[in-house]
Amino acid sequence: MTAIGEKTVSNKSESTAEVVGVSPKRGIERRGQIITGLCVTLVVVLVVTLIFMVCSRGLATFTKDGIPLGSFFGGTTWNPHQNGADGVPLVGALPMIVGSFSVTLLSCLIALPFALGASIFVVEIAPGFGSKIFRPLTEVLVGIPSVVFGLVGLGIIVPWMRGLVGGTGYGILSASIVLAFMILPTITSLSTDALAAVPNSYRDGSYGLGCTRWQTIVGVVLPSALPGILTAIIMGMSRAFGEALAVQMVIGNAAQMPQGLFTPASTLTSVLTMGMGNEAMGTLPNDVLWALAMVLLIMSLVFILIVHLIGRKGAAKND
Amino acid sequence: MAESMSVKDLNLYYGDHQALKDITLDMPAGKVTAFIGPSGCGKSTLLRCLNRMNDRIEGCRVEGTVKLGDTDVYENYDVYELRRRVGMVFQKPNPFPLSIYDNVAYGPRHHGKPSKAELDQIVETTLTDVGLWDEVKDKLDHSGLSLSGGQAQRLCIARALAVNPGVLLMDEPTSALDPISTGLVEELAVKVAKEHTVIIVTHNMQQATRISTKCAFFYLGELVEAAPTAQLFSTPKDKRTEDYLTGRFG
Repeated sequence: MTAIGEKTVSNKSESTAEVVGVSPKRGIERRGQIITGLCVTLVVVLVVTLIFMVCSRGLATFTKDGIPLGSFFGGTTWNPHQNGADGVPLVGALPMIVGSFSVTLLSCLIALPFALGASIFVVEIAPGFGSKIFRPLTEVLVGIPSVVFGLVGLGIIVPWMRGLVGGTGYGILSASIVLAFMILPTITSLSTDALAAVPNSYRDGSYGLGCTRWQTIVGVVLPSALPGILTAIIMGMSRAFGEALAVQMVIGNAAQMPQGLFTPASTLTSVLTMGMGNEAMGTLPNDVLWALAMVLLIMSLVFILIVHLIGRKGAAKND
Repeated sequence: MAESMSVKDLNLYYGDHQALKDITLDMPAGKVTAFIGPSGCGKSTLLRCLNRMNDRIEGCRVEGTVKLGDTDVYENYDVYELRRRVGMVFQKPNPFPLSIYDNVAYGPRHHGKPSKAELDQIVETTLTDVGLWDEVKDKLDHSGLSLSGGQAQRLCIARALAVNPGVLLMDEPTSALDPISTGLVEELAVKVAKEHTVIIVTHNMQQATRISTKCAFFYLGELVEAAPTAQLFSTPKDKRTEDYLTGRFG
């Protein structure tokens, strides 16, 4: 029906000799614009409502329930169902914040040397092996579900830790090792891309001055790839920071201030996954979990922001 | 100290393809020698044999001798020492994404442990030699990538000269530059040749006549003719040279 209608319109305009038979095309243009525009709107609305929802629920802890910011971010005891000596519920999130940051930094520290070494090898030393075998392999590793890493950690790393240092074997170090395995492919794959993007003319320049391969790598290739490598590290950190399941399986889930690398601890994510199903909506214990989620969300936004800042600096540098 | 280079019975293969055929050529010390010829004639390939940059290309095989002074560069030279003594400037200016200072200091730093004062001295001298000092002395900490094309190419020349090579290879160094920058680089080539023998590949025949004392014409992997530049351009012996110089092909 519409087609016929449009045809009539176009015939009319033909007779007035102004627009010649373009109406059907114009219709497609407009429909395309509307459909893709709707998709964009949907994505934007989703992101905005998600951030709004997490923040409004999270902020309710401080506004509705009247928890002082200090006792949330500075308190070291987590037991939302009880009140402390001062009558304020025990909702100190510091143990989880410290736990999250320690496993994130530690896992990056463990993974980075291996990731960087591997990417230098496959870009600078054995490019054929790199592109044919190694890169597809790391891509497969990126896709392995985190629960698999958790299981491996539970079956191998926790008993191994127990044998090595005693105690339960659960703890920050076990979690960091599992996370290091998990983010290793992410960091490797991104830093490989960063090294591969270094123009060959830089290498020619360095070799032409009589520099060896290592001098070239250290003197020119790594400095040029630095923004990309930093991005790789931040992406790895953001994945480690947000990982819940694998960490929860091996960290021991004791909501207490971490005493060392080998004692059970907990992270923002592990407390969230353990607690969310058990608390009634709108109660204080539920609200503080939303506050934890808000901290997580803000941190991931910060990570993304850092990546963008690095990207902009790197782009400016290479112009 | 300018050094001479010579090539004798040189054959070069990329896999099965022979890219250079029986090249024999002397490049005298302290002079500018130019390689001319149409695209794909092997002139850049020969240039890259002189400091063994071709070693990095897989499937590239070289037969014959290349000498720096009296020493065979394929038999008796450590490749890194060779490349320090035979510097190279590329077609497209390729300053490192480091500061202007670090670009020039890059070579000296990797060939010894110069003190800060020595480095400062080297940087100032070489940048003055290439006529860049007055333009960049207040922004030595700026990125080498912030320079214009002509400045960047002169920075690359300074970078190569900073390790005091006996020979400087230039692979079409002005093909990406504007006429004024081209003029500056040509003057520079003539000037530095006294201390560092210059061997230059060029597409531009006028450039060869302007700056070189010896000129070699290549065609399809063969060295057709090599002679003092004035002689080659006025009385070419080979028909192919004459045809190329008069613009009948190329």
